Amino acid sequence: MTTLDLSAAPRRDAAGLSERVSDALWRRPRLLIALLVLPSLAWLGIVYLGSLFALLAQSFFSIDEFSGQIRYELTLRTYAELFRAHNLDIVFRTVAMAASVTIAAAIVAFPIAYYAARYATGRWKAVFYLGVMLPLWSSYLVKVYAWKLILAKEGILNWAFESVGLMWLMDAYLSLPGIGGNSLSVSWTGTFLVFLYVWLPFMILPVQAALERVPPSMLEASGDLGARPSQTLCHVLIPLALPGIIAGSIFTFSLTLGDYIVPQIVGTSARMIGQAVYQYQGTAGNIPLAAAFAVVPILIMMVYLAVAKRKGAFDAL
Amino acid sequence: MTSAVQFSAVEKHYGAVRAVDGVDLSIAEGEFFAMLGPSGSGKTTCLRLIAGFERPTSGEVSIFGAAMGDVPPYRRPVNTVFQDYALFPHLNVRDNVAYGLMVAGERKRARRAAADEALELVALPGYGDRKPSELSGGQRQRVALARALVMKPKVLLLDEPLGALDLKLREQMQDELKALQRRLGITFVFVTHDQGEALSMANRVAVFNDGRIVQAGTPEDVYYRPETPFVADFVGSSNLLPPELTERLGGGRVHSALRPEAVRLTPGGHAATVTGRAFLGQSTRLTLDMDGHRITALLPRGTDLPADGETVHIGWAPGDLHLMKADA
Repeated sequence: MTTLDLSAAPRRDAAGLSERVSDALWRRPRLLIALLVLPSLAWLGIVYLGSLFALLAQSFFSIDEFSGQIRYELTLRTYAELFRAHNLDIVFRTVAMAASVTIAAAIVAFPIAYYAARYATGRWKAVFYLGVMLPLWSSYLVKVYAWKLILAKEGILNWAFESVGLMWLMDAYLSLPGIGGNSLSVSWTGTFLVFLYVWLPFMILPVQAALERVPPSMLEASGDLGARPSQTLCHVLIPLALPGIIAGSIFTFSLTLGDYIVPQIVGTSARMIGQAVYQYQGTAGNIPLAAAFAVVPILIMMVYLAVAKRKGAFDAL
Repeated sequence: MTSAVQFSAVEKHYGAVRAVDGVDLSIAEGEFFAMLGPSGSGKTTCLRLIAGFERPTSGEVSIFGAAMGDVPPYRRPVNTVFQDYALFPHLNVRDNVAYGLMVAGERKRARRAAADEALELVALPGYGDRKPSELSGGQRQRVALARALVMKPKVLLLDEPLGALDLKLREQMQDELKALQRRLGITFVFVTHDQGEALSMANRVAVFNDGRIVQAGTPEDVYYRPETPFVADFVGSSNLLPPELTERLGGGRVHSALRPEAVRLTPGGHAATVTGRAFLGQSTRLTLDMDGHRITALLPRGTDLPADGETVHIGWAPGDLHLMKADA
C-alpha cells in the first residue's frame, strides 16, 4: 500500500516582499478595496463630475449681446432663451428623432436577438456576434459617409429602385412633407436610417443578453397553458426581455440625443441639439447657450431613467 | 375503453441519437403512471412528446383516442408541472395560476376566483399577491401544480416534480400528490429517476433504458419480478448473479437477482467473507465476497454482526432468488 510522505511539507512562512505585502493586505481587506477603487473614483469624481459641473455652471451665466462677452453672474436668462420657438423646435425635433430611432431599433433588433439567443449555436453564434460587432470596428465617420453615398440621388438605392421600375414609389415617398426631400441623403428619413444603422448593435446586444436569460421552459409553460405564440410573445417574452430593451433604448436614445455628426452629413439643414451645441460653443461663441442646450439631454435622460425605474425595468438587474 | 395516452411505435431521433427508440405504451384513464429510468433513457422526451414540445420522428401519440400529430401544445388537453417549475417571475402567484385562463379570454373576476380556489387546493390560500421569488421551493412547486390544475387537464404531466426538494418535503409531497390524484381522478404521468418515488406513488411503472421501455408493470412487478438485469439493478439495489453462479445455486443457466434484504446469516449456508460494513440506522449493510462475487446483504437491527474479514454462511428463502428471462 502506498502512503503519503508527510515529512517534507512545502514552505509556508512569509519570506519575500510580495509575500509580506499579500499577508498585510489579507489582514486589512478594506485597504485592498480602497487601493482597487481609489483610482477609478478619482477619475469619476474629478475628471468626469468636475467637467460636468463646470458645464452646468456655464449654463447659468449669460452672454452680453453687444460685446459678445460672457457675464459671470448667475442668471436664468440663458434658459429663457432656450424656450424661444426656434430653440424649442430643435429640442422637439431631436427628441422625436431619438424616440423614433429607439422604437425602430427595438423592433428591428428583437427578432435578430431572439434568433441568436434561442436558435444560434456554435458557429452561427460566432457569425452573429461578428455580424453585430463588425460595424463597430470601422470608423463611425466612414460608415456615415458610406451611407451618404448609398442614399444619394445617384446612389445605389435609387439605382436599385430605378432598375426594378419602382422609382415612382421612391419619388412619391420623397414628396411627403417633413420626412421627404430632394433625395434620401438630404431628408429626415436619411438621418433616421443612418442613426438606426449606427446604433443598432447597442440595442441588439442587451436584448440578446436578456433573452438568453429567459429559460426555454418559461415559453413552453406558456404554450402548455394554452397561449398561442403571439400571446406568449406579449405576455411572457417581451415582459421578460424588457430590462434588455430598456438598457438598449438608453443607449440608442441618449446616443441619438447627443450626436452632431450624422445630422450634419446626412439630412436636412434643420439642426439637432448636438449641432446647436457645436455651433454655439464654436463659431457663435455663446458658451452659456451651448451649455444650456447640453443640459437638455441630461434632463431628458434623467426623466427617462426615472420612468423606466418606476416601470420596474431595473428590478431584474 | 380508450386509453388516456397511447404511444404506437413512437421514435424520436436527434441526428444519429435515438432518444426514443420504438415505444409502445398505453396509459389508462385515472392512472398514476410513472416513467422511471436513468438520465438520457428517453423518459423525459416521452413526456415532452405527450405535451407537444417535441414531435415524434415516426409513430403516433394519441390522447383520449385523438391523434396528436399536428396538434400544437397550446391545443392539447394536457398540462405540465415543469422540473424547474417555470413560474413567470414578472407575475404574482395569482396571475401565474390564472395565466391559462387569462390567455383563454376568461373574465378577470372569474379567473381570480378560480386561481384562489386552486391555491386553496394545493394548501396555499392567501399567497396570491406574493411574487414567485418570495416563495420557498416547496411552495413554488405547489403554485406550479395549481397553475396546471386550474386548467382542468385530462392528463397532468409532471417532470421530476420532487427532484429539487429536500428529503422530508419530498416524502410529504409524495403523499399529497397521491391524495390529490385520487381525489381529482385525473390521469397523472410523472417522470422520475428515483425508484423509491416511482414505487411509492405510482399504480404502474414503465422502466426506461436507452430509449426503450424495458419493463412496464405494477410497482410490485418491477420490484419483485424484474425481467432483465437492468431492471433488477436499477429498481432497488439487487445483487445480480451471473448465469454460472445461478446455475451453481440451483437455478437455470440464466441471470438472477437477489434482494439484499432477502440475504440472511444461516449456519450451513454458502460461505462468504465479510469485506465491508455500513451502519444505516434501521439496518446494517454487509458487503460480502462469495467466490469472487460481490453480494450485499441488509441485516435488520439486532442481528449479531460479524467482523471484517470473518467468514460467514449466508442463505435465503427458495423463492427469493429471482430468475430472469434467459435472453436478457
